Amino acid sequence: MARPWRRAADRPAQDDAVLPRTAVELVGVTHSYGDRTVLRDVSVVLAEHRVGVIGSNGSGKSTFARLLNGLVLPTAGRVLVDGLDTAEHLRAVRRRVGFVFQDPDAQIVHPTVAEDVAFGLHNQRVPAAEREQRVAEVLARYGLAGHADHPAHLLSGGQKQLLAIAGVLVMRPARVVFDEPTTLLDLANRRRVARVVEELEQDVLVVTHDLDLLAGFDRVLVVEDGRVVADGAPGETVGWYVARMS
Amino acid sequence: MTLLALYSPRPGALHRTPAGWKLAALAGLSVLLFAVPELPVAATALAVVVLLALAGARLTARQVLAQVRPVWLWLAGLLAFHLVVTDLATGALAVLRLATLVLAAAVVTATSRVAELVAVIEWLLAPLRLVGVRPGRIGLAIAMTLRFIPLVAERAGRIREAQAARGATRPLFLLLVPLLVQVLQLAHTTAEALDARGADDEAPPRPFWRRS
Amino acid sequence: MKTRDLAYIALFAAVVAVLGVLPPITVAVVPVPITAQTLGVMLAGSVLGARRGGLALLLFLAVVAIGMPVLSGGRGGLSVFTGPAAGYLYSWPIGAFVVGLLTQLFWRRLNLGWAFLANVVGGILVIYAIGIPFTSLYADVPLWASFTGSFVFLPGDGVKALIAALVAVGVRRAYPVIELPARQPAHR
Repeated sequence: MARPWRRAADRPAQDDAVLPRTAVELVGVTHSYGDRTVLRDVSVVLAEHRVGVIGSNGSGKSTFARLLNGLVLPTAGRVLVDGLDTAEHLRAVRRRVGFVFQDPDAQIVHPTVAEDVAFGLHNQRVPAAEREQRVAEVLARYGLAGHADHPAHLLSGGQKQLLAIAGVLVMRPARVVFDEPTTLLDLANRRRVARVVEELEQDVLVVTHDLDLLAGFDRVLVVEDGRVVADGAPGETVGWYVARMS
Repeated sequence: MTLLALYSPRPGALHRTPAGWKLAALAGLSVLLFAVPELPVAATALAVVVLLALAGARLTARQVLAQVRPVWLWLAGLLAFHLVVTDLATGALAVLRLATLVLAAAVVTATSRVAELVAVIEWLLAPLRLVGVRPGRIGLAIAMTLRFIPLVAERAGRIREAQAARGATRPLFLLLVPLLVQVLQLAHTTAEALDARGADDEAPPRPFWRRS
Repeated sequence: MKTRDLAYIALFAAVVAVLGVLPPITVAVVPVPITAQTLGVMLAGSVLGARRGGLALLLFLAVVAIGMPVLSGGRGGLSVFTGPAAGYLYSWPIGAFVVGLLTQLFWRRLNLGWAFLANVVGGILVIYAIGIPFTSLYADVPLWASFTGSFVFLPGDGVKALIAALVAVGVRRAYPVIELPARQPAHR
């Protein structure tokens, strides 16, 4: 069984090295769960600021997203984030790549809003004073400042998703992967999350069924049956995808 | 469904006593009561604990009685049993002992914050580092449990509604399979989300047999 | 331990707590309510296996110990660990462990019969074997009295073992946690 933490611990110096933000690179990546193959020999370099990934249910796009911060390691091939192989530098990769899930209920575990946001900082051993300051900052930024001591599970659906995003951004990742961030939200909250994505300075990769979200993106990939079948500016690929579906 | 801990926030002297000492005292008390089965010892112990509950923990008389209520039927039954089978002295000793320990434990609970108790549990588990356990994870596990309780209850309600909407009047336990499969998937995603935020960053301690 | 296993353990601690909310049936003779919580003990072992099942119940007891009212009837705190029926509580992690151990042993040929056997042994016999002598020692009553007092629970426990067996077989088909490969998809 793979023990990424042990391998990571063996190379502490390189893990904490400050590398320039360059690109995410998939080299001949295949991924299977048992005998079910969900990604087949995918090779792609993503250096754009905002990248979207679309495709039908079961196309492999969720696995694609999970490969980028080592939640899933490829069965064959390599995934490189700024030159770091996810299989060898798991810790460093996770520090660079934040991940926002579809269902915020699965992401929020701590009793209060502020505690949940602080969770990632605890793991990074950020000192208490700095921790509090960063938590307060990010809560203010996402309109949750008044809820710091509230029970997290009593927030509305939209607020929960903002909390989930805050919990990731407080860790200051270099890029953020979103896995269907708007699927469970109403129209107003979709727009709100879309605005959050738009305003991020970080590089973003968004897996979604919400085509409106991709309007200002630099590049959109279409994944189908485990392969990238279209790749280009959103104007071209989204139109191609819609035409193909109808 | 929200959970309220059984902590009582009226500050008394016992609230400021470290939780570890209180737990040690409780353990000591239970050993004493069984090692020295004498009626005067048990009676004195009960008196001391009641005094501590009222003065040290500043519980009201009503709160003290409420602590013993869940077991009073037991106590009555036990006394009756001993009156018939053995004698009053044995019965009184058993009843006093039981009431003392139940109340003493309730006093510790009422005067110790959750975070303090979690810290004591982590301290008690510290020796397990030798076999590769991270005691710090107990806090995370408890947080997850408290988070999952309302979630499981909510998902159970949803599945019930969905089945009722389709006119199914199946017995309740048939909900369990779909419910468990659903919440297992949710737990899996939760674990991924925690790992994505660095929950697995700290390497577990090496077990002693792997240390050089 | 992987975070995923930790999450499964926490999940089943929560399941046991939720089962405690189902209204308890009090049998007039014995002042201990019959609850669905021992069903949780059986389910934890049946679904998670020995190690994780046992740990789930230990975690549940830790949550009780820190003062959360998650035992049936809203009870909690340390006083339940010094009460007359505390032996049953202490037996839960061991019971879940044994259910899990037997389930793993029978895994390849697990059907309703084998699953029922696992739950009867781990979820009833083990729990009685610890709970009955504990009560007897603790309340200073002879073993036979404590033993007779427990018999009212037997029919209910039998039904619970049957339900647990049905669920064990169902979950094994849909989401076999016990034989999860190293990388299990929870998503598509």
